[in-house]
Amino acid sequence: MKSIRAGTCLALCVFVAFSCVASASAVAAAEICAPGSAATASSVAPPTVPTILPYIFDPHGPPARMIHDLSWLVLGICAVLFIVVEGMIFYGVIVYRRKKNDKSKNEPRQVYGSNPVEIAWTIIPLLIVFVLALTTVRTIRSIELTKAPAGALEVVVIGHQWWWEYRYLDANVPGGEIVVANELHVPINRPVWLRLESADVIHSWWVPALAGKMDVIPNHTNYTWFNADSEGLYLGQCAEYCGNQHAGMLLRVVASKPEEFDAWLQTQIAPTVNDTSVAMGREIFQEYACSNCHTVKGVSDGQFAPDLTHLMSRQTIAAGVAPLDPTTLRAWIDNPQALKPGCNMPSLQLDTEELDAVTAYLLTLR
Amino acid sequence: MTTAPIHPISETSMGFGSRVHSWVISVDHKKLGMMYIGAGLIFFMLGGIEATLMRLQLMKPLNDMLTPHGFNQMFTMHGTTMVFLVGMPVLLGFGNYLIPLMIGARDMAFPRLNAFGLWLFIFGGLLLYYSFIGGDGLYGMGGAPDVGWFAYSPLTSKAFSVGHATDYWILGIMVSGFGSMTTAINFMATIVCMRCPGMTFMRMPLFVWLMFTVGILVLLALPVLTGAQVMLLFDRFLGAHFFDPQQQGSVIFWQHLFWFFGHPEVYILILPAFGMICEIIPVFSRKVIFGYPLMVAATLSIAFISLGVWVHHMFSVGLPPWLNSIFAASTFLIAVPTGMKMFNWIGTMWGGNIRFTVSMMFATGFLVMFLFGGLTGIMLAVVPFDWQLSDSYFVVGHFHYVLFGGTMLAVFSAVFYWFPKATGRLLSEPMGKWTFWMFMIGLTLTFFPMHLSGVLGMPRRVYTYQPGRGFELWNLISSSGVPFQIVGVLLLVTNIIKSLINGRVAGPDPWDAWTLEWATSSPPPSENFSKIPTCTSPRPLWDRKHPEDPDCFYE
Repeated sequence: MKSIRAGTCLALCVFVAFSCVASASAVAAAEICAPGSAATASSVAPPTVPTILPYIFDPHGPPARMIHDLSWLVLGICAVLFIVVEGMIFYGVIVYRRKKNDKSKNEPRQVYGSNPVEIAWTIIPLLIVFVLALTTVRTIRSIELTKAPAGALEVVVIGHQWWWEYRYLDANVPGGEIVVANELHVPINRPVWLRLESADVIHSWWVPALAGKMDVIPNHTNYTWFNADSEGLYLGQCAEYCGNQHAGMLLRVVASKPEEFDAWLQTQIAPTVNDTSVAMGREIFQEYACSNCHTVKGVSDGQFAPDLTHLMSRQTIAAGVAPLDPTTLRAWIDNPQALKPGCNMPSLQLDTEELDAVTAYLLTLR
Repeated sequence: MTTAPIHPISETSMGFGSRVHSWVISVDHKKLGMMYIGAGLIFFMLGGIEATLMRLQLMKPLNDMLTPHGFNQMFTMHGTTMVFLVGMPVLLGFGNYLIPLMIGARDMAFPRLNAFGLWLFIFGGLLLYYSFIGGDGLYGMGGAPDVGWFAYSPLTSKAFSVGHATDYWILGIMVSGFGSMTTAINFMATIVCMRCPGMTFMRMPLFVWLMFTVGILVLLALPVLTGAQVMLLFDRFLGAHFFDPQQQGSVIFWQHLFWFFGHPEVYILILPAFGMICEIIPVFSRKVIFGYPLMVAATLSIAFISLGVWVHHMFSVGLPPWLNSIFAASTFLIAVPTGMKMFNWIGTMWGGNIRFTVSMMFATGFLVMFLFGGLTGIMLAVVPFDWQLSDSYFVVGHFHYVLFGGTMLAVFSAVFYWFPKATGRLLSEPMGKWTFWMFMIGLTLTFFPMHLSGVLGMPRRVYTYQPGRGFELWNLISSSGVPFQIVGVLLLVTNIIKSLINGRVAGPDPWDAWTLEWATSSPPPSENFSKIPTCTSPRPLWDRKHPEDPDCFYE
């Protein structure tokens, strides 16, 4: 009786596990199909393009898709193994339990082993893992490229504690290098070749819908690539523990039509806006420590923090943690530690007037 | 000249002070083993408190119960505690207690080295926990290490880890590591030299075989970690540049060294659990273990292969394709002997007459949970899949199924199985059944949803997460499993205390078992056996109980 109860409860556990899987995929599917609902739930203002959540079973480009296809094979094999072996365990538990009224001292027949059976359950797993190993190696070879695909857009990714810097090196960019922070813009249907470097500790660049993760390591250059096949805002985040604000190092990749991407490039190449009505704010920016870390082309050349030349072309600040709107921006300048505790930007203790002036100045940097 | 035999003073007649004193100065492998397990269970509760705090913090998005720094300390201390101060000492404690009894010896080969190892572990653990008070040195009020249990450089360099928290991590682990190494030497010497007459290697209980293998792995793997930690200390204090990327040091070098230790470490934590299961399943199934020689072969091949799979922790580091391929292949290969073990356990249960005591229920729970953890491990070995899953919550789910669903369930099974031997009292079975179900429910609720949040793109070690990404529900379910586990732990502790006071008397052989520890009284006398036993087969007590059909006929 007890063992029946044991068996039933164990079965229940597995059932719960399975229903979890089922509901997970349902929820996930719902989220993918109705991305708008997710965007409204987020604190960040809804972008004009669909938000693509970091879900590995919703690939939007070759590396992620190859991984996705391989993963179904692996999941299939593992699911079959799971069902077969758990079935064997439960069969044993249910059929060979001691009967309730069995008081006899007789021992069951002692079976010391069986060569054919043992050889079978050595050979069969060997064959299974052989198949898995071959498919794995093949997929590794098609994903792990050693040089940039033809016609790729080349971007340098620099991981900082706790934000991302992107430098567009493409020879097609007129006027030389473009430096942006935290929001990577790419054209769709064109391979993007990323050179990954770190300014401090190890980070990891992971946008699940586009590609698997690749670590961003100091003094060790890595490369990775992706090719977004549909427009959207792809989310991800740093995947290697990198200190205090590891959780606040979010990734945003905006994939848009080539002409929209070119238009965006033009905004980034444009010279810094010089609005005389906010001269006081600019002076404060230059006088106080802001300019030591932040670059605004023609105004300052700090290297430790995001480039602010075209700040207002972004949707978020603080590496995606907060939306970019006047109130949040002002609160952020006032006390960054409140929004992103432990981050490297100090509060400069500006008074109200200075705070308003700097905020007004930054709001002009389109 | 004859002298009257000296009767040891009965423990109950001693005062509290002298009783504590007798434990502190003890070199008896049984007392040392129990102190290992007891101290390990205390650290288990500390690690559990840290885990509870983490789950409370992650219960909802953008929670601010813990600061980022506080959360980072919690997961670092949780991981370090569970691996170095719970897993290893508890398992080494069981080895300490059981090996001499199982091979018919009076004690370990080096009893004083044994005591030395125990106290190194305890002081190493205290040193690590002292960091909560002294960790920041002169910089502030104190803080535990916050670099993660694998302490990737350059986060551990002076520039990124100010104060002394990381130094406490290095020294605490190093000190307890030396303790583990002495214990490993002791295990191997004892097993090689002190087996009773008739006990050949192929007649040793499988638990002893597994602990022998663990000894080999500890001796090969731990010194590498200790060496790496010494290099890190040099970096931090003497201006060396082993792991300093600014000075052409290599941060990947640390990862290679750490995981060359770290992967065999995983097997150091699971092989003793395999050993326990190998003892417990046959006894309660009333059948001899299926395929003893294959089990030994599988054990040794797991140990051998486990020394060559460490790069599978580093698939996203950007190593060349051929290197990733080789380590993927070796990782797949290790699934084969592990699978053989699984099948042999099931083969032992089939055709048996299974008594579902609490111990056997935990052992069955081990099979069910460990299988799941093993299969997600196969998924992680598929390198491209790993590029998506590694460092996500999927990995957290995976290794908790292996280490909690695997190792800890086996440990609980072993506690219920050997507690009567160690204390002479049986643990309460009804209370044990509640413990079992609390753990099974808690485990599934907490760790299963982690796989899903990982697949949805949630990285591990984040102190919080953004709303609207589909993480909320799974994290809430994960946190809801915690109360079940807390109840499970409390039930277990209550059960142990109650049974120590007035548990049912066990007698020497409550489970009708077959290995030599059941041939002596419970608890065993100070030198284990009044007369050194002899061994005729892998199941000496079976031979004595069934003279008409002894095992030695089938060797």
